[in-house]
Amino acid sequence: MTDQPIAATAREVERSEKRERRFLFSAWHLVLIPIAIAMLIPLVWMLVTSVQTLNETRQYPPTLVPHTVQWQNYSDVLRLAPFGQWFLNTMIVTVTVVIANLLLCSLAGYAFARIKFFGREVVFILVLATLMIPFQVVMIPTFLIVRKLGLIDTLGALIVPNLASAFGIFLLRQFFRTLPVELEEAARIDGASRLGVLFKIVLPLSGPALATLAVITFLWTWNDFLWPLITIYSPSHFTLQLGLTTFQGAHQTATNLLMAANVMSIIPVLVLFFVAQRYFIRGIATTGLK
Amino acid sequence: MQVRRALESDHVAGWALAFPAVFLIVVFGIVPIVWSAIMSFQRTNLLAPPVWVGLENYRALPKDPLFKTAVTHSIIYTVLFVPLSVAGGLVTAVALNRKIRGVRFYRTAVFVPVVVSTIATAIMFLWLFDPNFGLANWLLGKVGLGPYGFFDSVNGALYSIVGMTVWGWIGFDVIIYLAALQGIPQELVEAAEIDGAGKWGLFRSVTVPLLGPATLFLVVWSTINALQLFDEVFFLTRGGPGTATYVVVFYLYELAFSQGIAGYAAAIAYVLFAAILVLTIVQLLIGKRTVYYAS
Repeated sequence: MTDQPIAATAREVERSEKRERRFLFSAWHLVLIPIAIAMLIPLVWMLVTSVQTLNETRQYPPTLVPHTVQWQNYSDVLRLAPFGQWFLNTMIVTVTVVIANLLLCSLAGYAFARIKFFGREVVFILVLATLMIPFQVVMIPTFLIVRKLGLIDTLGALIVPNLASAFGIFLLRQFFRTLPVELEEAARIDGASRLGVLFKIVLPLSGPALATLAVITFLWTWNDFLWPLITIYSPSHFTLQLGLTTFQGAHQTATNLLMAANVMSIIPVLVLFFVAQRYFIRGIATTGLK
Repeated sequence: MQVRRALESDHVAGWALAFPAVFLIVVFGIVPIVWSAIMSFQRTNLLAPPVWVGLENYRALPKDPLFKTAVTHSIIYTVLFVPLSVAGGLVTAVALNRKIRGVRFYRTAVFVPVVVSTIATAIMFLWLFDPNFGLANWLLGKVGLGPYGFFDSVNGALYSIVGMTVWGWIGFDVIIYLAALQGIPQELVEAAEIDGAGKWGLFRSVTVPLLGPATLFLVVWSTINALQLFDEVFFLTRGGPGTATYVVVFYLYELAFSQGIAGYAAAIAYVLFAAILVLTIVQLLIGKRTVYYAS
């Protein structure tokens, strides 16, 4: 209790320091302002162009401030191409893949972390080995397997091979191993089943790891291009990335519409980024640095 | 008896939980790895039954001028992309790792491109780098440079892709470096300051060495990614103009899926894999001798 006032004073000092720092102009701004501008120009220019008239996009020097804001470009895009359908397809694929990964990688990750079963080490090493193989090596046979399964040109081609990932198993296994094993043992003694322990004790404690896996899987699946390019041919089964590519081919000269379409394709990941920024950053930091 | 049953149930439980994911990884990971190795010794077009040709595919590689072109471009791209993105990421992260006004805004500006897809990035830059109406040429014109053809020019297309991908990836490097910077013990920095280290000395002799593991990871990771460049080339230039941006994975894709020369493409994939493996091992060995691990 006696350290309460000291803590309070420390907090006050900290707060006043913070106030001071906030208004301090640092030489580092001279480094950061140009970097921020360089990073933002492409994005801002896309936004500006997306509300320009077609005429304005064909002016040189460029029209930096549009005379009118032509929101109609966005509805035009939706009228010209089935972006709604593509959005839906991408959503179906991404959400299914994320949920399946959370479930299957949790099950496997838990088995690898906590259960001693025959062949565990060998199987785990095999799983890890697939992480190191570039996608191009497995791409052609995977295509043939998916074709054998009759999944070519269906959303199944995008979903089935990605239902579980070596990355997810590895990430969750590592996280599960950091949890105190005593809790699980106590529950087992009280008669809980393996699945009961996993779902009632381990997973509720694994929120951050699960969120990280969800966010990273979402990003990878949403943005994937090469695999959908190989396996999907019908426009009605396109993902957003494929749709964008064909839309670009068909409306090369309508830059304002192209930018509007692009903005719409980015918004979902951007929203997710702002909602789950913490997990994005943790996810990226943990993919590399353990 | 009791013990044995418990053991057995552990085997059953372990396999039951691991099986669904492991099965999928075997079917869509392990089997393709082996299959693709077999395929690289065959002549196959993905439709007709394959013919065994031994090492023929691998022997043909050094004599293939387009393969040489693709390798050269992949190397040029990697040699430029890796140092630019890693060094740029380091400088940006060091600048961002302090409590100054607006730092949140700067961080967000740097991070956002990481979540934007390669295709969306390419569409943005296609417009930004438009030779006739593009903002880039207009801005460069203000300082007396250009105009450039960017993706349309034989000499500039590959460099334009370098610039664009550095923009898209630098946030990734910054995130890794920021995480590493936050792990630097404050005592070390203070000790160096007491010993009279200047700002630059501190950066060079304390910060950079302590970031060694992060740098090593980023170099390895960026090299792997750079050698696998595809989306941007496919979307923006299709390897052109001419063969100015022909890179290894684009060539592989063209062979397998446009021309149906899958066996040869599989051989290229394995050569790529071997190159990545060797480079990674070399980088890790160099790292082992030079990188300082604090813990």
